[in-house]
Amino acid sequence: MTPTYYLVLSGVLFTIGTIGVLVRRNAIVVFMCIELMLNAVNLTLVTFSRINGGLDGQIMAFFVMVVAAAEVVVGLAIITSIFRTRRSASVDDSNLLKY
Amino acid sequence: MTTPASLPDIDYAGVAPVLIILGAACIGVLLEAFVPRSQRWAVQVVLSLLAIVVAAIALGAYLYTGPQNTSTFAGSIALDRPALFLWGTLLALGLGSILLIADRVVEPGGAFVAQAGIRPGTMLDKEQANRSSMQTEVFPLALFSLAGMMIFCSANDLLSMFVALEVLSLPLYLMCGLARRRRLLSQEAAVKYFLLGAFASAFFLYGVALLYGYANSVKLADIANAAGGTNRSDALLFLGMGLLLIGLLFKGSVGPFHTWTPDVYQGAPTPMTAFMGACTKVAAFGAILRVLMVAFGSTHWEWQTIMWVVAGISMLLGAILGITQTDVKRMIAYSSVAHAGFLLVGVLALDGSGIRATLFYLISYGFTTIAAFGVVSLVRDGTGESTSLSSWAGLGKRSPLLAGIFTFLLLALAGIPLTSGFVSKFVVFAAGMSAGITPLVVLGLIASTIAAFFYLRVIVLMYFSEPAADGPTVTLPGMYTTAAITLGTLVTLLLGVYPSFMLDWAGTGGFVV
Repeated sequence: MTPTYYLVLSGVLFTIGTIGVLVRRNAIVVFMCIELMLNAVNLTLVTFSRINGGLDGQIMAFFVMVVAAAEVVVGLAIITSIFRTRRSASVDDSNLLKY
Repeated sequence: MTTPASLPDIDYAGVAPVLIILGAACIGVLLEAFVPRSQRWAVQVVLSLLAIVVAAIALGAYLYTGPQNTSTFAGSIALDRPALFLWGTLLALGLGSILLIADRVVEPGGAFVAQAGIRPGTMLDKEQANRSSMQTEVFPLALFSLAGMMIFCSANDLLSMFVALEVLSLPLYLMCGLARRRRLLSQEAAVKYFLLGAFASAFFLYGVALLYGYANSVKLADIANAAGGTNRSDALLFLGMGLLLIGLLFKGSVGPFHTWTPDVYQGAPTPMTAFMGACTKVAAFGAILRVLMVAFGSTHWEWQTIMWVVAGISMLLGAILGITQTDVKRMIAYSSVAHAGFLLVGVLALDGSGIRATLFYLISYGFTTIAAFGVVSLVRDGTGESTSLSSWAGLGKRSPLLAGIFTFLLLALAGIPLTSGFVSKFVVFAAGMSAGITPLVVLGLIASTIAAFFYLRVIVLMYFSEPAADGPTVTLPGMYTTAAITLGTLVTLLLGVYPSFMLDWAGTGGFVV
């Protein structure tokens, strides 16, 4: 059980999340990918907490969860309001602001 | 791990300004539930303005009587001179922004939507546009955001900084989507700002996690200690630092991380754009300054070249793309990207004169921005604000006073003598020169020359072209907007003519470790 494997896993999860944000078109899916990135961070924090032998990392993971929950509230409100207006949650359709 | 946790000492007098703003924001949320709709606006305005004034008094009292350069909450919140200076700046700029938000004369009912739940484009929406009420939750949201900014620029560990980052950002995302007119644009701005902002804060957070792995602590001082002479992996340190800085530079709309800036500035309601443009910039650069100097100051030889490149890209991108803009708000947005590059020159001096120059730049830029957006909100046609540059033609003939003020503000943004813009550019570039980053300073001078072109183009447009027959009208501003524009313009003039007292205040001390 080498803790380093978990760091690699969290790096992979973070990368998958990043790629998801960049290539997916549905705002909800983009948002879920951001949540995946945050959870990858949680795994990193807990793993480092184990490697370094302190509890700080685990406490920080709780903070991250709380903030992520608050972000969901705000994010879904915004995405819902734009979906009600346009009948679509695609980020490609929001293209009035440019140049 | 077996010792029971004990409460850290809290310097209540020191953090009183933040607590007052946060408390007023909570009371504001309660008022929304209990005060009848017709009275909410008046109550919220009084509460917000009162909170800012009382917080400023508490800050002043602490400055005179409190100890110097301490930190509280077990070292999480720094109460050093730069932090207190930035708090004062944020409170002053917050006051100006609240005044702009509170105005109900320019746009009948205020710049914010009467009921955010109504679908844009429907009959109900047309009806709400003429209603004389507004979504008064904006005031507590703005106060929450302001308190988050104050914590953000005084946070001495990365966890507090992250929480503050979210406290300042989440209300901003919401407020961007609440414009009364052009609601599609406004909602689009909110979605873009939210998705990109959350993306950037995920990067910030991964950076925090890697730095925690590196130093076994997220305190800035511990990171600096760990970086000074150990055999730990530098990969963790610099990867973490890079990711952390992506999040911070995004908030400051610097260089290649600026893509949200023009869209959000254009789509958001104008008082909100003023708040974002002035206050977020102050908070973000306060945090960048602290992180770079306290946590990474000891390793600056390793990373400073990359930051020079970022600063250069930011200046040139802002200046060159600003030329091609046809919308006033987008133009000021690109100008803010260029200004972020100039600010980074001051930060990258990494010494006392750099801190002083950056703090001075922030306060003078903030006031100029608030006044400029105040003026932008006054030029209107039948459908709302008329921000397209072509409609500003001949404004000097139609409304000499307004055109005169806007000319003065544009000259300040361009950095012409006798305005605060000149002094702030001068001190920033002087700090850069004495720290030996001459190439960047030269690049900065070139970029300000390019940027001067698009400011002067607006001036030429206002004075030397004929007004269009069906052009926009200049609305007579109400008391609040007049106060905000006057405040911004007077500070811009005062800091341009007599800057020494503010420079003295800005230069009274460095960061607490």
